[in-house]
Amino acid sequence: MRFDPRLEQRIVKVLLWAMTVLTVAVLVFIVFFILRKGLPAVSLDFLTKNPVDMGKGGGIFSTVIGTIVLTALAILIATPLGVGTAIYLTEYTWENAVTRVIRFGAECLAGIPSIIFGLFGFILFVTKLGFGWSILSGGLTLAFMILPTIIRTSEEAIRSVPPAYRTVSFSLGGTKWQTVTRVVLPSAVPGIMTGIILSVGRSIGETAAVIFTAGSALRLPTSLFSSSRTMSVHFYILAREGISLSRAYGTAAVLIIAILAVNIATYYLMNKFIRKYS
Amino acid sequence: MNRLERKDRLVRLALLAVAFSAVSILAVITVFMFEQGTPIMFKYGLKNFLAGSDWYPSEKSFGLWPMIVGSIYVTFGAMVIGVPFGLACAIVLTEFSSKPVRRVIKPVIELLAGIPSVVYGFIGVVILVPFIRETFGGPGLSVLAASIILGIMILPTIISISVDSLQALPPAYREGSIALGATKWQTVRMALLPAARSGIIASIILGMGRAIGETMAVIMIAGNAVSVPGSILAPVRTLTSNIALEMGYAAGEHRQALFATGVILFLIIMVLNTMANLTSARRKRDRG
Repeated sequence: MRFDPRLEQRIVKVLLWAMTVLTVAVLVFIVFFILRKGLPAVSLDFLTKNPVDMGKGGGIFSTVIGTIVLTALAILIATPLGVGTAIYLTEYTWENAVTRVIRFGAECLAGIPSIIFGLFGFILFVTKLGFGWSILSGGLTLAFMILPTIIRTSEEAIRSVPPAYRTVSFSLGGTKWQTVTRVVLPSAVPGIMTGIILSVGRSIGETAAVIFTAGSALRLPTSLFSSSRTMSVHFYILAREGISLSRAYGTAAVLIIAILAVNIATYYLMNKFIRKYS
Repeated sequence: MNRLERKDRLVRLALLAVAFSAVSILAVITVFMFEQGTPIMFKYGLKNFLAGSDWYPSEKSFGLWPMIVGSIYVTFGAMVIGVPFGLACAIVLTEFSSKPVRRVIKPVIELLAGIPSVVYGFIGVVILVPFIRETFGGPGLSVLAASIILGIMILPTIISISVDSLQALPPAYREGSIALGATKWQTVRMALLPAARSGIIASIILGMGRAIGETMAVIMIAGNAVSVPGSILAPVRTLTSNIALEMGYAAGEHRQALFATGVILFLIIMVLNTMANLTSARRKRDRG
């Protein structure tokens, strides 16, 4: 027996929509659940006081600073490498064996799980190079992890700059590098920023790669060689070792708000960029 | 050759060097993982490592079989949940929704990708695990809990790549099918899904890679017992959890055995990456 196609379509449509609504509902639930349970614990004191007694008391100030410093270092290292790669791929070469190797490398790097980055960072930076558990080790490891994201988004951003911009610059006697730095890059900045902000989000939320490279010291970092705990690592330790459930919720709420802010910023920039070139 | 041209040439060389950063990092990671992890595998025999089911690092017994099976179980479970829901969302987003609706749903799903894995793990611990324990019995920390949470975590990967490949189809496919009198669903099922097949398969393979590589969420909800799970309600330990749980205190051969665990994980991921890469390469070629 065959279904009436229009009846079949109606049934399928309802089913697919139900699944989509359920997916969206799960996400909305997760965000609201964490915020509802966590926000009561968040106060100015929570954000500006250091943790006391392994996190049983006090706030999360040092972990906020740890997160910011580590993320900033990772971005500072990865951005020049990523944007440089993107400029080379888009402006200085054509599709050939070399670009295929570069792209394959970036794609593979993107697929490597964070725990492998953690292991690698631990053996290379923490032990072999003697940086110890430190912001430097953690920052380098994170930089390697976010590099593929920055390459991909920068490449897309640079590619979407209309070719006419380049032609005009060349016809005015500009060299390749002048064209890239004065015409192409300024136009691609919002797109590149999107990639950087996405990477900030990933760095803030990362745990596995950071816990084995930056360590989990609770004091404020004083140099690149200080061990430092990020918010995600702090949250993981609080939750897993059952140190303080209310502070775990509080930390999670701060994490979620940071991630939401990052997403909204990305979305805003992306729309602005798309509107500019279409 | 004037000064500017010389500078241009230097810049080109510098950029070429920078462009190889990702490849070099990949190479260095590969070398380090293998250098640290393979000697111990051969010392105790590859067969004992892969097929041995006893993991007692203090007694020099390093069998990874339970963890290999564990990773396969939770990844398979994640696929069972993630693939249908992911494809449903992708089809709704591209074919069955209006533009304003899409503009609400898409960013929400992208947000899903941004939520840290520890938060997913925590949600699993405080909501899902007690629910499973009370409803189905068992410890709650289980293959089932890990599969559900991982299934949710891989949704953004599956959705975004499937949406891209559905949207990249030439409009003629849709128009042709509709013009022949097919309903929208018949068009999706018989024209669009088959045409976008390689992109969808690539999205599933990449989702698999994410599930198998996920660590922190799984540690929190899978129970981590070293034994081949007898049912979906039994606790399980994955390759990734094995590394993360013991890395903090491991030394000597124990640490090397954890690197060996990493090597196996690394190999699985590279195979999956290459597969995804080949399918999307075929997709590009097919489309000319």
